[in-house]
Amino acid sequence: MTDQLDPRPEDLKQRVWESIQRDELPPRDDRGRMRVVMNNLVLHLHPSKISKATLKFTYTWGLGGLALLLVMILSFTGVMLMFVYTPSSDTAYQDMLSLQTEVRFGQFIRNIHHWSGNLLVVVAFLHMLRVFFTGGFRTPREFNWILGLLLLLLIVAANFTGYLLPWDQLAYWAVTVGSSLLSFVPLIGEELRNFLLGGPEVSGATLTNFYGLHVAIIPLTLMGIISFHIWRVRKDSLSIPHKLDGSVDGATGHQIEKVTTLPHLVSRELAFALVMTGAILLWSVWVDAPLEDAANPDHSPNPAKAAWYFMGLQELLLHFHPVFGAIIIPALGLGMLAFLPYQRFDMSAEGVWFRSQKGRRMAYVGVLTALIAVPLLVLWDEYYLDLPGKFPNLPTAVSNGWLPLAALLLMLIGYFDGVKRLFRATACETRQSVFVLLVTAFIVLTVIGVAFRGEGMTLTVPWEVL
Amino acid sequence: MTQVTTTESGVSRRDFLKIAWGAAGALALVEAAGVGLSFFSPRVVEGEFGGIFDAGAVDSFAVGSVTPFTQGRFYIVRMPDGGFLALYRKCTHLGCAVPWNPAEGRFVCPCHASAFEMDGTVINPPAPRPLDRFQVTIVDGMVKVDTGKAISRDKTSSDDLVYAGGAV
Repeated sequence: MTDQLDPRPEDLKQRVWESIQRDELPPRDDRGRMRVVMNNLVLHLHPSKISKATLKFTYTWGLGGLALLLVMILSFTGVMLMFVYTPSSDTAYQDMLSLQTEVRFGQFIRNIHHWSGNLLVVVAFLHMLRVFFTGGFRTPREFNWILGLLLLLLIVAANFTGYLLPWDQLAYWAVTVGSSLLSFVPLIGEELRNFLLGGPEVSGATLTNFYGLHVAIIPLTLMGIISFHIWRVRKDSLSIPHKLDGSVDGATGHQIEKVTTLPHLVSRELAFALVMTGAILLWSVWVDAPLEDAANPDHSPNPAKAAWYFMGLQELLLHFHPVFGAIIIPALGLGMLAFLPYQRFDMSAEGVWFRSQKGRRMAYVGVLTALIAVPLLVLWDEYYLDLPGKFPNLPTAVSNGWLPLAALLLMLIGYFDGVKRLFRATACETRQSVFVLLVTAFIVLTVIGVAFRGEGMTLTVPWEVL
Repeated sequence: MTQVTTTESGVSRRDFLKIAWGAAGALALVEAAGVGLSFFSPRVVEGEFGGIFDAGAVDSFAVGSVTPFTQGRFYIVRMPDGGFLALYRKCTHLGCAVPWNPAEGRFVCPCHASAFEMDGTVINPPAPRPLDRFQVTIVDGMVKVDTGKAISRDKTSSDDLVYAGGAV
């Protein structure tokens, strides 16, 4: 009678254990493995079974997982840093110095945090490229692409707010330059900038604001959307990698083989996480995060550059009216990115790298065009072209804004039409070629801004700059 | 049999309640947003940058000179014709602190090479407009500068200049 009322084992130790871990460990069979994944708080972010083909490393490059690992590393080291840092303009820089000289492993922990944060921007960007080039945003995954874009923006925001906290010259002027971009938003720009900075200039109030954003608001939002993002991946599963001929890559036979997540996926993830953690630790042992002199609002360094991920934008600003360089062109770019998954995807196979053989050749054309055209355009504008001087009667918003933007858009339309005809390609392959061209252009602009802009932001050679 | 009571206006009791609850919820959201915006809005610190500065006596500024005021973040410019101008030192491009270059007789921004004439006129882009100015008042031969509000302008104008009228 009592056995029926309480079917649990008599042994107390076993009862306690089973109250915590409900399933048998290690699991005996595939059913058991699936149950463990389903009933475990962390593991249940995964489905219990996955397609074997998606395990192929060179399909995903583990980029999403790596981004998550970096977020975890950043959370741990970030909380540690909170214990040795006071966000006040009087103490912040002093805290940085003592962090690097007095706190045991202080420099090391700061290095890990600094490099992981920078790497996260790169990894999130590469992750986006991977998903684009394998068509991973096709129905039903459109909205998850949007969530990914939001995450990318949040990651940049987290980096930008963290950039100010050391309160050195680098931080102060990069944030001054970066936040000035905001003030060019039509109508509400000044208000927006003042609201964010807590006044018209970067000051102690800015440090308080950015600290709150950096340690609470952005991380919480990030965690929320990451959960949503991963949950969507679990619901929709990964796109299946295909070869050019349409056969499933990494699988034998017709049937798409499924394997249990435990251990096939989980063991790979853990191994990859371990290798990457090791790499980051090693890098952080050898390379110190930069720290310049204490912030001095009276003296701008020459040149004053924004954070590296904004250098593409800053380079645009040297060529366009600020409203165009800082607001309209980036907004157009983001709008195009957000709209991408909602356009018709007229390819038969999803999961084929670069769509097709033709798609691959056209992607090369995109890269080459940008590699040649962008430096030429930059040089031309720097040394010969003077649109405001040519049209002195027009407002600069027209002569240095609408006019060059319209010319560039016309060139892009010409490119789209040209390669589409030349290759007899589908709209889908052509769009990819334009996407590759624009991404390459952005990277080239960033490299020019980081490595080729010296004193007074004049063009020079990299060994004069770096 | 359920009976939905309808008033003369055609809105049922249930619809009315739905709308009322929805409106109350929306109102609560607007209120929360309002409180949040006010709570986080910038606070002005009295007596610091943002207040009124005493720059000094009119006679202490030579005609055709530029004098920096670090605390107030402005320059007192005395034009060759004797007119006074207070220029905000913040570059109108991306906000760097613009130093006065006495050798070249112009303001040159170290960040992106914008250059301005003595009165703030743009000589060299990328700066989109002249240096902002602060209101100058001359009371009893003393130059006072109100740093509370930077006045942005699309073109420099001789109307921006303030003269020590009483002294002439």
